[in-house]
Amino acid sequence: MKKIRIREKYCMGCRLCEIYCAVQHSKSKDLVKAYRGEYPKPVPRILVEEKDYLSFAIQCRHCEDAPCIGACITGAMSRDPKSGAVLCDENKCVGCWMCIMMCPFGVIGRGKEKKVISKCDLCVGEKEPACVKNCPNEALVLEEE
Amino acid sequence: MAKYLIVGNSAAAVGAVGSIRQVDKDGKIVVVSNETHSLYSRPLITYLLAGQVDKNKMSYGDPMFYRKNDVEEILGKEVVAVHPAEKKVILNNGAALPYQKLLLATGGRPIVPQVEGKDLPGVFTFTTLDDAKKVDEFIKKNEVKSAVVVGGGLIGLKTAEALIARGIKVTIVELADRILSATFDRKASEIVETALRERGCELITKNTVWKVTGRGVVKKVVLQGGVEVDCQLVIFAIGVMPNTELAKSAGIEVRKGIPVDDRMQTNIPDIYAAGDVAEAYDMLMSTKRQIAIWPNAYAQGSIAGSNMAGDAKNYDGSFAMNAVEICGVPTISIGLTDPQEAGYEVLEQYGKESMVYKKIVLKDDVIVGAIFINKIDRAGVFRALIKSKTNVGIFKADLLRDDFGFVWLPETFRKHMVVGEGTEV
Repeated sequence: MKKIRIREKYCMGCRLCEIYCAVQHSKSKDLVKAYRGEYPKPVPRILVEEKDYLSFAIQCRHCEDAPCIGACITGAMSRDPKSGAVLCDENKCVGCWMCIMMCPFGVIGRGKEKKVISKCDLCVGEKEPACVKNCPNEALVLEEE
Repeated sequence: MAKYLIVGNSAAAVGAVGSIRQVDKDGKIVVVSNETHSLYSRPLITYLLAGQVDKNKMSYGDPMFYRKNDVEEILGKEVVAVHPAEKKVILNNGAALPYQKLLLATGGRPIVPQVEGKDLPGVFTFTTLDDAKKVDEFIKKNEVKSAVVVGGGLIGLKTAEALIARGIKVTIVELADRILSATFDRKASEIVETALRERGCELITKNTVWKVTGRGVVKKVVLQGGVEVDCQLVIFAIGVMPNTELAKSAGIEVRKGIPVDDRMQTNIPDIYAAGDVAEAYDMLMSTKRQIAIWPNAYAQGSIAGSNMAGDAKNYDGSFAMNAVEICGVPTISIGLTDPQEAGYEVLEQYGKESMVYKKIVLKDDVIVGAIFINKIDRAGVFRALIKSKTNVGIFKADLLRDDFGFVWLPETFRKHMVVGEGTEV
C-alpha cells in the first residue's frame, strides 16, 4: 500500500501540513471559509512535533498490525480493503477513547466536538494526501511500500 | 464438521475469526452463543440505554462481517460439555458438534450478591443486550425516577451515566472508599466523583446492600448499618466472574480463569481460551492473570485464531488498562497507577481549575503506570513506553510537558519506537 514517509531532516516546522489537513477535512474544503466560518473549527489530523531546531510531522502510520482496530469496542475502526488505510467510521464511533490509549504513535485525537475520534484517513479518494501535496520541502512523501 | 469452533460471541471471537481467515480462507468456522442475538457490541449497551445509539446500530462494525467471512453462528444455544478425547462439544439441545480446534471465549457473568430481595422485579444486572432491553422496558413501564447502582466500577459507572442521561436520579453504592478504586488513584477518583455529583448523582462509599425491599416490586435498598435509599430500580454491578464451568468439567486446568500459554492454548492440545475467561501473561506483574478488557480479549482471540489456523504466533502479554469517558470526563489509566510499596517514583501534574490530571509512575526510570484525566491526547505513547520497558531516564523531565512526543526522545529511540517503518530519521 501507499504510505506517507516522514523525513524529519527536511521538515522546517512551517506547519502547512496541519493547515491543509484541517482544510481538507473541513466541510467547505476552502481555507478561508473553513477557518472563518465553520463550527466546529476544523482540526488537523496530523501533528507537527517541534523541539529547538528539530521538527517533523506525524500522522497515523496505518500499521500493518494496528492495535487501534482490535481495541475499538464498536468496530468503527477498520482497514479499508482497497487502500489498506486504517479508517474510522465516525457514525459508529462513540468516543470511548480505547484507540487513543492503544495507539503507540499517539496520533489519534478527539475530534468533532470531542465526541468521536479524529485520525489520518490518507485522504482516501484524493490523488495524494493534502499534507504531502502541500509540504513545500518534501518532508512528507507518498511512497509505495 | 467445524474446523474451528468458537464458544462465545464477542471481542475474542471476532479477533479469532479475523486472524483465522488471514490464513485459512475456507476452513469452516462455527460460533456458538448462548445469546439469541447475532454478533453485537456489548460495550454499546450503556449507550443504547442512554439513547445515544440506535437499537439497529448495535452490530459490531460491519453487520456483514460474519457473512463475508463465512462464519456460521449458532445462537441461543449453550455448550454443556466438551469431550476433548473425541474432539466434540455437546449443546443443550443434545446436538454434538465435532471440531478440530476449539476456542473457549466464554467470558464472564455478573456476580449477584446473595441478599434478600435480589429476585424482586426491578433488580437487574447489566452486561448483555437482553439486560439492556429488559431495563429499558422496565424504566418505561414503571416510569422509573430513581435508581441505585451497586458498584462503582466501570460497568456500574457507565450504567449510572446512562440512567442519568435518561433523567433518572441515581445513587451509586460502592464498597471501597472511592469509585474506580481498582484502576485509579484517589485524585483521579475524586475528579470523576465530582463530575458525577455535578450531574446530580449521589455517591455512598464504604457501604453495600444489605437487602432490597418492596412488595412485588423494588421500593428501596437497605444498606449495611440500616441506611435506606428509596428507588424503583436496582442494578448490581459489583463485578464479573469468569465462566469456567465448561472448561472445568472437560478436565481443562482452571484457576480463577483458564490459564493459557503464549499461544493461547490451554493445557489440553487444540483447545484454546481467550478473552475475559482466560488467564494470559501480564507483563507488568510477570504472572498469568485475567485482565478483562476489550482490547486484550480481541488481541488474545486474534493470537488464538492464528495458532488454530497453523500460523504460529505468540502473545506478548499485556497489562491492566482502560479508557473511558464518564459524564464528560475522558480518562485513560494504564498499568500500575497507584503502587503502595516503596521504590516507585511519581511525576504528577494537576490543574485545579482545568481538572486536568496527569500522573506517571516509574520504577528505576522505566514507566510502569500512567493516568490521564481530561487531557488524554497521546496517552498511547506512554502505553508503548510501558510495553517496551524503555528506560526514560534521560528525558524523564520532559514526560509531563504538554507537547511531549517523539521529538523529545533521543534519535536512536525515535528510530526504534516511532519512527519504525515508513519513517526516515
